[in-house]
Amino acid sequence: MTLLLPESEAEAAAMVGGASAPLRLEGGGTRAALGRAIQTAGTLSSRKLTGVTLYEPAEMVIGARAGTPLAEIEAVLADKNQTLAFEPMDHRPLFASEGEPTIGAIAAANVSGPRRVFAGAARDSLIGIRFVNGRGQIIKNGGRVMKNVTGLDLVKLHAGAMGTLGLLTEVIFKVSPRPPATATLIYHDLDDARANALMCAAMGTPFEITGAAHLPAGIGDERARTLLRLEGFPEQLDYRSGRLRDLFDAYGTPERLDGDPAAALWREVRDVRALVEPFDHAVWRLSVPPRLGAGLTERLRGTLDCRVLYDWSGGLVWLGLAEDDDAGAATIRAAVHDTGGHGTLVRGSAELRGRIPVFPPEPAAIAKLTAGIKASHDPKGLFNPGLIHPGA
Amino acid sequence: MGAIAIAEPNRAVIDERAHIIEGLAAILPGENLITDARELVPYETDGFTAYSRVPMAVVLPETTEEVSRILAFCNEQGVAVVPRGAGTSLCGGAIPNEDCIVLGVAKMSRVLDVDYANRTARVEAGITNIAISQHVGENGFFYAPDPSSQLACTIAGNIAMNSGGAHCLKYGVTTNNLLGVKLVLVDGTVVEIGGEHLDASGYDLLALVCGSEGQLGVVTEATVRILPMAEGARPVLFGFGSSAAAGACVADIIAAGIVPVAMEFMDKPAIEITESFAHAGYPLDAEAMLIIEVEGSDEEMDAALARIVEIARRHDVQTVKESKSATETAQIWKGRKSAFGATGKIADYICMDGTIPTGRLHEVLPRIGEICRGYGLRVANVFHAGDGNLHPLILYNVNDPEDAMRAEMAGNDILTLCVEVGGCLTGEHGVGIEKRDLMHHQFTAADMDQQLRVRAVFDRKGILNPGKVFPLDAKIAAESELQAA
Ligand SMILES: Cc1cc2nc3c(=O)[nH]c(=O)nc-3n(C[C@H](O)[C@H](O)[C@H](O)COP(=O)(O)OP(=O)(O)OC[C@H]3O[C@@H](n4cnc5c(N)ncnc54)[C@H](O)[C@@H]3O)c2cc1C
Repeated sequence: MTLLLPESEAEAAAMVGGASAPLRLEGGGTRAALGRAIQTAGTLSSRKLTGVTLYEPAEMVIGARAGTPLAEIEAVLADKNQTLAFEPMDHRPLFASEGEPTIGAIAAANVSGPRRVFAGAARDSLIGIRFVNGRGQIIKNGGRVMKNVTGLDLVKLHAGAMGTLGLLTEVIFKVSPRPPATATLIYHDLDDARANALMCAAMGTPFEITGAAHLPAGIGDERARTLLRLEGFPEQLDYRSGRLRDLFDAYGTPERLDGDPAAALWREVRDVRALVEPFDHAVWRLSVPPRLGAGLTERLRGTLDCRVLYDWSGGLVWLGLAEDDDAGAATIRAAVHDTGGHGTLVRGSAELRGRIPVFPPEPAAIAKLTAGIKASHDPKGLFNPGLIHPGA
Repeated sequence: MGAIAIAEPNRAVIDERAHIIEGLAAILPGENLITDARELVPYETDGFTAYSRVPMAVVLPETTEEVSRILAFCNEQGVAVVPRGAGTSLCGGAIPNEDCIVLGVAKMSRVLDVDYANRTARVEAGITNIAISQHVGENGFFYAPDPSSQLACTIAGNIAMNSGGAHCLKYGVTTNNLLGVKLVLVDGTVVEIGGEHLDASGYDLLALVCGSEGQLGVVTEATVRILPMAEGARPVLFGFGSSAAAGACVADIIAAGIVPVAMEFMDKPAIEITESFAHAGYPLDAEAMLIIEVEGSDEEMDAALARIVEIARRHDVQTVKESKSATETAQIWKGRKSAFGATGKIADYICMDGTIPTGRLHEVLPRIGEICRGYGLRVANVFHAGDGNLHPLILYNVNDPEDAMRAEMAGNDILTLCVEVGGCLTGEHGVGIEKRDLMHHQFTAADMDQQLRVRAVFDRKGILNPGKVFPLDAKIAAESELQAA
């Protein structure tokens, strides 16, 4: 097992150019358990490609080499009262992994969090990349300005491609002001269907909910909690929470949580803390039309013994269940398919991730495009072969 | 006018015109197939009117099924297809060639489904941008990206160009508001990408299609994000003694953690032109003007505007006009929204669309002036200040070929300058034919090669909207390797 640790983009390109056997691409390695279980003779790590390359607070843009720790980016931004709008999830609790998440991997895996429902995913904030393709060429796409439609958008194509198309060497994100204050309204004891309805209705108000999550009874607390988050200037939050309270009084009287305790609660949602234990359980991530989240889990609960957590107004359903047979794969995929959405096995033993499709299988016409795009970037199949689909 | 080459049409294809029309007639009812020379004329160009070519035929399908059969037929016959929405492209993205057919989606314009709980609308691709907002407006929703051409342009064109608008500082551009498409591939295969859920599974093909200028497939349906309207919206107008002061004011607003819905900049010539046309009450003594709009309840807007005005005062703002009513709001926007129309009244113009890092504004604006003066031309600047997307309007006389050529050259110099300072050739209008030959300023051969390879995955033969985006002589390196793959 060789570990390649380029210290510059040019060195990375040379290493890829000289590679003859497949490589696993890695940043901090905290998300190494994402995707199908793959075996490679070597690993190519971005860990030594570090440092912020560009930060213009007034232009709301930050660029960094791919291996830069996320923590460093966040600290640099916090210093100027800015933040990454998409609130990237930390996978370490779920995977019990160690190390430092890197900014490049956030881009490559399109890692977002609760604010995604309001502000878009990592891919929406990502505006520029540099990468090394499978031919060992250094390629750039997008740039440092947020309005840019020049040529094909390969930037967003790489967001979520999980390193199967190239080694990201540098990423540029659009950033946002850090909200001066936040307030979270917590509704208690709603069943999933009512909670789902409340979240969707609240998202349809002009009050700019930046997080809408539901933790059913037994998920982190005995009582069910439905969370609606507001962010803005303090006087704004008083007004908006008052309006929401009035509009949705049929759902009960919410408790209001501000400051650090609220931030901690949203981190729990973001990192799916409630499903970390039992550690040998599989965890699924289902992306569905928000309105259909609760109906979907009701159907699944008919046959599966699972624990659930909702984010994104019901559009993101996390599911934890025992890893028996296929960990519910056939049932889950069929039910999710009917919603028009898709499901990914996020946590599972390597054995399970080798046996069942981790990502949803694609229709033939899409699979052909996927294979073509892979070959257009990585004709020799060097990067993370089979991580997403067998062959891609 | 102009130095932009249009590819030599393929005579062999033109010779087959009768046969091709016969094939199309078998797919479409007669009224949706245009072959008459006079009726073809409206399709010879788009918003980039200096160039035009009459296509062999125009088809106006009404269903995805028809689109699929048309593409399958043309692909088999080797006939190039130029997809078209409303033809408002400013970069020649929808200009055909004589050996092409135009496939217009304007007859596919229905709203198929609106789901307020999901905040999504599913529409046919030929619907106009404004019609979506009008359809969901009575329920307090709207579709956010708002190009100035929104009365006419289609969602199909918006997707192909990844269009933006005045309000995209807060709400993002098309790609940030698009959830799914039905796409017909060049061989007629129909694929669904995305849907009403938020995230892509697998490769983000939706993002790839958005902004691909009609070269990856024909979009026939789209699922878009609709958003609840803000409780209210109100602009403030500022006049400054210099564009540097206006630029610094914008930077400080952002640094203060305020992201207004819109921050529009106009320079002196733009102020003069629009004021004489729209009588919007713009400050004629100002060197630069900003229109900044905020949203929220009355109290929220008061608070936000107070913060913004305080910042502007620190930058020696000379004129402050806060809107106090809907009429005043309309008045303030009237000038900005008629900027293109007003300019068109006094001269012919070409509208450039580069983006620059906003921090370079103070040096770029004077250089744009110098460039144009160097060609003996006038220029007015209108731009989206929050994101650095410039729209220099270069004034010239369309009936004077030399003047026209100079305008084109000035435009090229300006765009090259945008790239040189760290920006890009186009922020929202697309590359089309207009900026095609400048692509090498922004991209290396390898960068472009990678894009061409991705395009080839969708359309190996280059049937879809050929001659756009990439220089005419751009070829994939090591073609043989590709064939082997
Ligand atoms: C006065 C004026 C103001 C404008 N203001 C703005 C602005 O503020 N912001 C902005 O971004 N743009 C603006 N534009 C440019 C233009 O309106 C946009 O590019 C718009 O999106 C084009 O839409 P359309 O329907 O007219 O498309 P067309 O011009 O018909 O086509 C545009 C491109 O889309 C492709 N295409 C069309 N239909 C399909 C389809 N079904 N499938 C695949 N590809 C397709 C075409 O091949 C072409 O490449 C303006 C234009 C004018 C004339």
